[in-house]
Amino acid sequence: MDFLQSLVIDFGQAAFSPLTAAFIIAAIGLNVHFGFTGLLNFGQAAFMLVGAYGFAISQKFGAPLWAAVIIAMIAAAIFALILGLPALRLRGDYLAIVTIAAAEIVRIVGANSVLQPITGGVLGVARSSYAKEFESLSPFGDGIARIGPYAKPWTAGGDSIWLRVVGFGLVILFALLVWLVTRGPWGRVLKAIREDEDAARSLGKNVYARKLQALVVGGVVGGFGGIIYALSASVQPDSLGRTTTYLIWTCLLLGGAATVFGPILGSVIYFVGRIAIQDLARQFIPPEIMNSQQVPQFTWILVGVGLMLIVIFRPQGILGNRKEMAFE
Amino acid sequence: MSDHSSGLAHGYPYLFDRQALRAQLAVVDRIPGVAKPDPILKVSNMEREFGGLKAVDVRHLEVQRGAITALIGPNGAGKTTFFNLITGFDRPSASHSGPTGWEFNGRSLKHTGAATVARSGMVRTFQLTKVLSRMTVVDNMMLGAQDQPGEGFLLSFLRPVWGPRDKAIRERALELLQRFKLYEKKDDYAGSLSGGQRKLLEMARALMSNPSLVMLDEPMAGVNPALTQSLLDHVQELRDDGTTVLFVEHDMHMVRFISDWVVVMAEGRIVAEAPPAEVMKDQAVIDAYLGAHHDTDLGDDALLAEGESLDALVAQGAGQITRRGRGARQDG
Repeated sequence: MDFLQSLVIDFGQAAFSPLTAAFIIAAIGLNVHFGFTGLLNFGQAAFMLVGAYGFAISQKFGAPLWAAVIIAMIAAAIFALILGLPALRLRGDYLAIVTIAAAEIVRIVGANSVLQPITGGVLGVARSSYAKEFESLSPFGDGIARIGPYAKPWTAGGDSIWLRVVGFGLVILFALLVWLVTRGPWGRVLKAIREDEDAARSLGKNVYARKLQALVVGGVVGGFGGIIYALSASVQPDSLGRTTTYLIWTCLLLGGAATVFGPILGSVIYFVGRIAIQDLARQFIPPEIMNSQQVPQFTWILVGVGLMLIVIFRPQGILGNRKEMAFE
Repeated sequence: MSDHSSGLAHGYPYLFDRQALRAQLAVVDRIPGVAKPDPILKVSNMEREFGGLKAVDVRHLEVQRGAITALIGPNGAGKTTFFNLITGFDRPSASHSGPTGWEFNGRSLKHTGAATVARSGMVRTFQLTKVLSRMTVVDNMMLGAQDQPGEGFLLSFLRPVWGPRDKAIRERALELLQRFKLYEKKDDYAGSLSGGQRKLLEMARALMSNPSLVMLDEPMAGVNPALTQSLLDHVQELRDDGTTVLFVEHDMHMVRFISDWVVVMAEGRIVAEAPPAEVMKDQAVIDAYLGAHHDTDLGDDALLAEGESLDALVAQGAGQITRRGRGARQDG
């Protein structure tokens, strides 16, 4: 009984952590790229990293919060343009390769010791140097909130109620915005591009411009994911690398691409599921077979197997429309 | 239905009367590249090379406004490549014989992208249909329409801006789906349609923008005979409503039945132009379809029957042709 109780408590913690919110936001951005427009972006973590750098560095050097957020948005948009202007002329697979490479470039440049005064190099930007103004805006005051079994700080630190409110507020905002734009003619054109670029062209649609727009929009949303990520931990280039990109993909495909709630559901299930596997493995697998250091690695293996199973047996994800995926 | 004023702007009204149109074309010289009384499309010195192969090498071609013009020719004659070049899906190679240029409704389309070509009123379909599989039939149709402000990102947030226009587009889409007998399928995914239905959908979609010229790349390929007649009727109705039609087709029956003018391509060049009843009499056409060596007797009796059916095909069009031999089918 004790075990079940702690399991449920862990579920709640995983589902509503600021990190989950950051992943949901990044997955919503990726959904605009892949789900609606068919762009194979394998560098979504780099959009997060660019957004996080833009926010953290401008705060560190004294820019006010609103300016830091705008700088983060502009940085993500410029990254999208640099990536998209040449690469969107290419067909799908080539775009995937270019995005992987571009993401690696951002990560490695950010970690470069020459840039240490600005980016902090491998160590990154410490949370304390950019989170103060954000925390000062909290309406909750200091102290510890006790909600059921949870005890969380109202305002301070990366696990606060205030950050959760902002993070999940952004989740709701972006889900609403995606719903608004994709139900209308703009979304229809994006889907047409996803289905067949030449057909869209033959109907007089400016395919290149629309793809660029989609890349910028999804990238800026990803940048917000980076801001929330930065506020929940710190800005470290190596923590926003390829692994993060693949996890965002897992969340999106699990929930269902081209749906509004897919990224939200997928991310929550991913984080809850990972905790479930970890807790169960710790509880029931004897330490002689698998010690506590090996459990997280074992969890990663299962996550990878899970991603493969989704793509093979349920390519539309949990919320996706089977029919919509059936013609290929 | 279509943009009639464009015809008037050039001093010629769109000839809704088909007999008058045919009478106009009847006095046009039967030489490749001949000038037409009222061309909607003019092409000069268009070449396209793939490696060493010259796929298209068109000196001059004019397409008459208001006519149904057929573009025929054996496989590999360059018809589809020519379509791609005109509609901006491909770029011509440097020409060796003069300045390359093509005009549509008096407007140059050189260096114009495919989307802009479509917006200017020249809409095409594809030989291998390009329906948007994972979208509904009615969404496919609605994408064909132009002037939807909601296709811009910022305006797409504001339903009051694009809502009324979207409603009008939807009504037109449903009306066209009725005409093309796809109305019952309107909420199905386009990927679930049969090959023939996809051809119909693609043609109906091309009409959403009221184009002044529609270019159909093998509209009959893969369409079952029961649908053929209604498709033929649609194409003629289209013309009668004010849309000029240029189509590529292998089905000689269709070519003879609905076209007002036939252009024959072979090995990238235009080898003959004439009304359908006359075109098959042309020696260049017979050579193109049968091969220039069709009178070489290879002495293989087994090929006789096959050769006969091919001759019959030609004879249908020409009425009479001099039979100079048969049997050499290999190069035909």
